[in-house]
Amino acid sequence: MDFKLTKEQELAQELFRSFAETEIKPLAHDMDESEVYDMELLQKMQRYGFFGIPYAKEYGGAGGDVLTYTLCMEEVSKQDGSTGITISVHTSLCCSCINEFGTEEQKQKFLRPLVDGSKIGCFGLTEPNAGSDVQGAQTVAVEEDDCYVINGSKVFTTNSGFADTCVVFAITDRSVPVSKGLSAFIVDLKEMPGITVSDNIKRMGIRAAQNCIVTYDEVRVPKDRLLGQKNKGFKIAMMALNGGRIGIAAQSVGLAQGAINEAKVYVKQRTQFGRPIGAFQNTQFKLAEYQTKVDAARLLTWRAAIAKDNHEDYSDLAAMAKLFASETANEVTRGCVQLLGGYGYCREYPVERMMRDAKITEIYEGTSEVMKMVISGKMDLK
Amino acid sequence: MKIVVCVKQVPDTSGKVAVKPDGTLDRASMLTIINPDDVNAVEAALALKDEYGCKTVVVTMGPPPAEKMLRTIMAMGIDEGILISGREFGGSDTYATSQIIAAGLVHLGIDDDDIIICGRQAIDGDTAQVGPQIAEKLGIPQISYAGDIKKDGNTITVKRMLEDGYMMIQMKTPCLITCVKELNQPRYMSTYGIFEAYQKPLTVYDYNTLKDEPLIDPETIGLQGSPTNILVSFTPPLKGAGTILEGADMNTCKTLAKILDDKHIIR
Ligand SMILES: Cc1cc2nc3c(=O)[nH]c(=O)nc-3n(C[C@H](O)[C@H](O)[C@H](O)COP(=O)(O)OP(=O)(O)OC[C@H]3O[C@@H](n4cnc5c(N)ncnc54)[C@H](O)[C@@H]3O)c2cc1C
Repeated sequence: MDFKLTKEQELAQELFRSFAETEIKPLAHDMDESEVYDMELLQKMQRYGFFGIPYAKEYGGAGGDVLTYTLCMEEVSKQDGSTGITISVHTSLCCSCINEFGTEEQKQKFLRPLVDGSKIGCFGLTEPNAGSDVQGAQTVAVEEDDCYVINGSKVFTTNSGFADTCVVFAITDRSVPVSKGLSAFIVDLKEMPGITVSDNIKRMGIRAAQNCIVTYDEVRVPKDRLLGQKNKGFKIAMMALNGGRIGIAAQSVGLAQGAINEAKVYVKQRTQFGRPIGAFQNTQFKLAEYQTKVDAARLLTWRAAIAKDNHEDYSDLAAMAKLFASETANEVTRGCVQLLGGYGYCREYPVERMMRDAKITEIYEGTSEVMKMVISGKMDLK
Repeated sequence: MKIVVCVKQVPDTSGKVAVKPDGTLDRASMLTIINPDDVNAVEAALALKDEYGCKTVVVTMGPPPAEKMLRTIMAMGIDEGILISGREFGGSDTYATSQIIAAGLVHLGIDDDDIIICGRQAIDGDTAQVGPQIAEKLGIPQISYAGDIKKDGNTITVKRMLEDGYMMIQMKTPCLITCVKELNQPRYMSTYGIFEAYQKPLTVYDYNTLKDEPLIDPETIGLQGSPTNILVSFTPPLKGAGTILEGADMNTCKTLAKILDDKHIIR
């Protein structure tokens, strides 16, 4: 075993780092304040292939791997958590469903524009009454002639504010538990009549991400938009979320490392009691602990990514990575605000935003409690 | 038609400059970057490729680790790389370097409609000589300090940037252009470019590859073939901070006059 990146991964890390420092960092504060994502930045990232990293060249992707995708997630999230989730929902949730379960025709028609940088995707599973527990889902799709007619509403659909394509889940058989009667569909958010996207939901963090309520009212979806088999959608959703957790773990690592990097600069400049605060042992030990935890989180993330790249079972590895990395992101960003004192609490300094952004990593794509269910489920305890 | 870009790997001067006890640069211990002006040359080549779909080649002379720089440039979109590398070439000054690179270009083959693009100058030597000397040795026309490049068939029109103005000059291909950083905004590597970069062809030209080229002669290459010899390199001592006098009144003028007088600059 070695912990070395390949030559391609090293180049990619250089690209993501310099792009994020030059293009994302200067915009992060204003995007957070305005709660609007900069579309020019989004288009630039599409052009440089940030939205199709782990997908095959034959479908327009970069031909990279999951590990390289985590490098991207870490570097962009070091500067801006909103950018991290925008790329992540598109890549790990939306595209993966089509890549893994789409027919050849569906891949050419829907995956290609998503991964070649022409379109943005989102993923609609969560509903007002179905969060951690999908059993509460109420959105239905009824077969009618050559269509499925979808009715219902999805909350927290990230990217829906500007996305073109959505993989949405709806019940196609009400006589069985949701996990046996759910199906996945590919819908055109901007074009299909009956779809309404709300304003961006007001949130604590990742405020520039576009996270809205999407309502489906008699939306007629042609039958060729059914993804995978009818009533087999639950498996698709779980596959996507398992993979997505690797991306969220990397986003968490980025937020934490970003906060450490900011704190390292500040503690050398700020003087109290006649010395830079970086000279106090408490400052040094805190940062040493934080860096150790971030490195551990990164290694867990890479382990899960490599397992997925090798087509091994990775669901518990991804859950461990997300559980540990998201908790680390919260501890570290909070601790870095403390190291910056009153200035850390001010919106002028990025650690305040990083601390707000970090909280969501313990919630979405499965809460920390759900991660513990996944991990313990694999431990043969019952 | 092809575009050949000549680039150099240089020490990253934003980091520490390391000097060996004998006064020469300790290149091995310093981080390296692509010479900044050369990145503009790469962008100029890629812009021509975007427009005309022509082949692009990047050439560098340097030690084997310069391969990584060539791969980076291929990840930006350049099609092929050539690394001119050999112990016999070490210690070359600008004269010998351009001799070797020109020989490399002859070996590669320069066609009637080809364009060679270099950066204006390298940040380590700041001579701005290698580009123009390559053109001289190849016997082709050249325009330096390009701030704009237009191509119309085999006619190349270049806006040549000078300190107090510019010149518009035309020349025929094959030709050589050196460019300034105002020419363009270089692109980044792309993810798809990165995953292709290591599959693209990279050829090493060593002494044996080039030894039969007429330009290569032990008397004209390497340390022995270099008319310039570096006696010593060193980091100059920092100048002290300057003094700023504020105000346009008589007293300020007197203060200024006194300082200049004390230093015997005026009497
Ligand atoms: C900013 C943001 C972006 C999101 N993006 C998307 C998206 O793009 N697509 C999408 O489909 N969804 C998205 N979500 C939804 C997200 O995945 C859910 O919010 C999450 O799964 C939790 O569901 P919930 O909010 O309904 O909380 P609940 O499930 O109601 O959980 C509330 C609390 O109860 C705990 N809990 C629940 N069940 C148990 C149990 N059995 N044992 C112990 N504790 C339990 C939870 O851990 C949590 O602490 C997003 C959410 C947010 C806030």
